[in-house]
Amino acid sequence: MIEFRGVTKRFPDGTVAVDNLELQVRDGGITVFVGPSGCGKTTSLRMVNRMIDPSSGTIMVNDTDVMKTDAAQLRRGIGYVIQQAGLFPHRTIVDNVATVPLLLGWSKKRARDRAMELMETVGLTPEMARRYPGQLSGGQQQRVGVARALAADPPVLLMDEPFSAVDPIVRESLQDELLKLQADLGKTILFVTHDIDEAVKLGDRVAVFRVGGRLAQYDEPGVLLARPADDFVDSFVGRDRGYRGLSFRSSEQLPLHELCTVRSGERTERGWSLFLDADGRPLGWHHDRAGGGTADGGDLVPGGSLYDARAGSLRSALDAALSSPSGQGVAVDGDGRAVGAVAADDVLEALAAHRRAEAA
Amino acid sequence: MGWVSGNLPLIGNLTLQHLYFALPPIVIGLVLAIPIGWLANRTRVGRTITINVAGLLYTIPSLALFVLLPPLLGTRILDPVNVIIALTVYTVALLVRTVADALSAVPQLVVNSATAMGYGPLRRFVAVELPLSVPVVVAGLRVAAVSSISLVTVGAVIGFGGLGQMFTDGFQRGIPAEIVTGIVLVLLLALVVDGLLLLVGRLLTPWDRVGRSAGRPA
Ligand SMILES: Nc1ncnc2c1ncn2[C@@H]1O[C@H](COP(=O)(O)OP(=O)(O)O)[C@@H](O)[C@H]1O
Ligand SMILES: [Mg+2]
Repeated sequence: MIEFRGVTKRFPDGTVAVDNLELQVRDGGITVFVGPSGCGKTTSLRMVNRMIDPSSGTIMVNDTDVMKTDAAQLRRGIGYVIQQAGLFPHRTIVDNVATVPLLLGWSKKRARDRAMELMETVGLTPEMARRYPGQLSGGQQQRVGVARALAADPPVLLMDEPFSAVDPIVRESLQDELLKLQADLGKTILFVTHDIDEAVKLGDRVAVFRVGGRLAQYDEPGVLLARPADDFVDSFVGRDRGYRGLSFRSSEQLPLHELCTVRSGERTERGWSLFLDADGRPLGWHHDRAGGGTADGGDLVPGGSLYDARAGSLRSALDAALSSPSGQGVAVDGDGRAVGAVAADDVLEALAAHRRAEAA
Repeated sequence: MGWVSGNLPLIGNLTLQHLYFALPPIVIGLVLAIPIGWLANRTRVGRTITINVAGLLYTIPSLALFVLLPPLLGTRILDPVNVIIALTVYTVALLVRTVADALSAVPQLVVNSATAMGYGPLRRFVAVELPLSVPVVVAGLRVAAVSSISLVTVGAVIGFGGLGQMFTDGFQRGIPAEIVTGIVLVLLLALVVDGLLLLVGRLLTPWDRVGRSAGRPA
């Protein structure tokens, strides 16, 4: 759907911001451009909706050379979200969101109805509709920015560091919501960030740029972490990449062991038992020195992180094992009920199996 | 007070005449200043030239302009058009800079995002840049309006009428009450017009008093 063919951008002052970029963006997924500041990510993105014209090369959107389209027309069909949201301060939230539908000539009523619908989609309450952007927090403004970009239901969305200016907790929830939204909408999203963790978390594929506007590596995030193409990518991907890479490895083959559990009033065996509530959800670990005691739910040691046996990765399995006081990671089902234990050794063995399979 | 109650019709006439001279230049001046200010902002050179020319125009003494215009325009010396044109020149001279400044103060981020939504340049100007410059333009307009109201009085020196006539007449005939009444009325007119502009500005910009974080770096 979006394709860069030998695209170069040289600014009038001689700066080469993008150098012979060859890249195909997969339809219906999130493609992330990541790299240090000044490496040409924004310039590349802005050439897609013709906010910047390339010096040479071709950019195709929907099999059409963007330079052969009417710029305003093209832009109305491409959602665009930027760092400070860039909302219109003089328009209410609902009118901000309705911008593109109105430009496309929808009736005022239809555009407003659509805007209200989208506000709900991005988690804004209807009371906010009549407010002005200046009355919203940074995170809320960013949601409005996303709603505005989605209003005319464009197949393509460009997002330039949309979550960089909000605090880390809000950023995390905005990222999670984007992933949820994307699971429903299946847009083709081109997402720019300088944050490799964000890139790896959001991207179906990640393009790492180096300064000078050259593409260093373009791969799935798991591959990026496991096999960086060169030293630049290796150092850019950063510390703990081996551990972080486990996020992208399926834990399907991981064996579950029997878990020693106990409920309120039951007799305990010697050593660690997992204390469960009436529904079978873990509350914490119980330790019995001698054996033969009775569990009453007092003196519980907090459990570690939980590992979702159906959807979890090797990383969450390993973390569950490492953070559990008993050394047994707690595996849970979709409802949070304990279903078994995972051991760190098994995670490493599963990793080795993955590697053998890849080498074969 | 005796003089006032005896001359109410005259006072009424002069006040209306004063407004007839003072108000059209404010409106025409604003309408002209907007495109000129917009053009001035296109290029750095254009901006420098326009603002300097405007500053120069404003320094021409008003009396000189009232006298110079008739031969330039081919109008009669006491044609009211002369006053209206002269005051329009001053209003434009004052407002061009205001408009140029107001437009260049619209956050680039917001302008860019309007472009990226698919606004063409003209539509973007009308829908985004102009509304966002209203607070600054109205502030400049208030100054221009007060200045226009006060400059009309100069026209009375060469016989145009308006409230300034109460100064010249009161001075020649030695009626202090007439002079004082004239001054008070000019001040009142200025205050009322200023207040009205302030009100219109507020009505046009409900968004301007609710917080200032949008479109600006956090
Ligand atoms: N309008 C411009 N004129 C000249 N140089 C520019 C312009 N815009 C960006 N650049 C330069 O191009 C390079 C890439 O910029 P940009 O695409 O914004 O990088 P990134 O988004 O990756 O931080 C930088 O060196 C930047 O200084
Ligand atoms: Mg950038």
